[in-house]
Amino acid sequence: MAFAVGALAAVRVACAVDTTQLPDPALQARYLALTHELRCMQCQNESLADSPVDLAADLRRQVRELLLAGKSDQDVRDWMTARYGDFILFRPRYSLRNAWLWGTPFGLLLIGALVCWRVVRARTALLASDDEPPEEDGHA
Amino acid sequence: MNRFLLPLGLFVLLAVVLAVGIVHSPTKGLIASPLLGKPAPSFSLPDLADPSHQVRSVDLRGHWYLFNVWATWCGECRAEHEMLLKVQLAGVVPLVGLDWKDDPAQALTWLKQLGNPYQAVAVDSSGREAIDWGVYAAPETFLVNPQGIVVFKQIGALTDEAWTREILPRLAPPRAAGS
Repeated sequence: MAFAVGALAAVRVACAVDTTQLPDPALQARYLALTHELRCMQCQNESLADSPVDLAADLRRQVRELLLAGKSDQDVRDWMTARYGDFILFRPRYSLRNAWLWGTPFGLLLIGALVCWRVVRARTALLASDDEPPEEDGHA
Repeated sequence: MNRFLLPLGLFVLLAVVLAVGIVHSPTKGLIASPLLGKPAPSFSLPDLADPSHQVRSVDLRGHWYLFNVWATWCGECRAEHEMLLKVQLAGVVPLVGLDWKDDPAQALTWLKQLGNPYQAVAVDSSGREAIDWGVYAAPETFLVNPQGIVVFKQIGALTDEAWTREILPRLAPPRAAGS
């Protein structure tokens, strides 16, 4: 059993797209986090960490070099977006250009609340008029 | 009247959103380059024809050029090649090639067999230069103005349409465009 698990682990390592091991464990953790949140531009639905294509390997090399050069996580993200645009970030940034995207749900909620309020008001007005003496109808 | 105003307003809003979506759908898969309107990356790379010589961006300053990223492993580049030869024949703007992560010997054979439309071909064996240009799939072509600013990017093969509608009008001197 232990042998089987060991063999499986070996297979996993052999199949892994990215076998990078940085000397410093903290750096390695940051490297893994970054390569998982950057998009492979060629496959577009995979992260740099998961993609087997050549370009992803080149971009991982860039992340590695930037980290080893002492750059911060934000420096790496900025370096990437300067070349490939915001699209390379799986976690979108808040910017004026995509503010509508973040704002629309709240706008819709507001519209819903407004409609709700108007309906309730109309109903209560209707109820109030029902309470009035029947001779009102005679006048009309 | 008021009863119809809200549904009508919502309908118009939805129509506008859908219209924008339809208009943009052909370019939906393409990613706008952040390089547009910005200075082209500076480079100094070995010349494919003569590796002891360097192709340098500073030498390209002062005139327009098309920067075409290609490779022999790229099928679409082969399809594009005929268009590049046409561009060379037109003689309006020089083509500078970037041979991206390629085998130089194969690249030279390719140019010998299919014809060489380039004024010079820079060799990017490591793929670093292509990353600086934000290249994600060959072929890609950039139009760079005399000030070294990237003014247009074609993702995928250069087409007749892109050439006549996007590139030629930008190359035309203001005097000719005005008359």
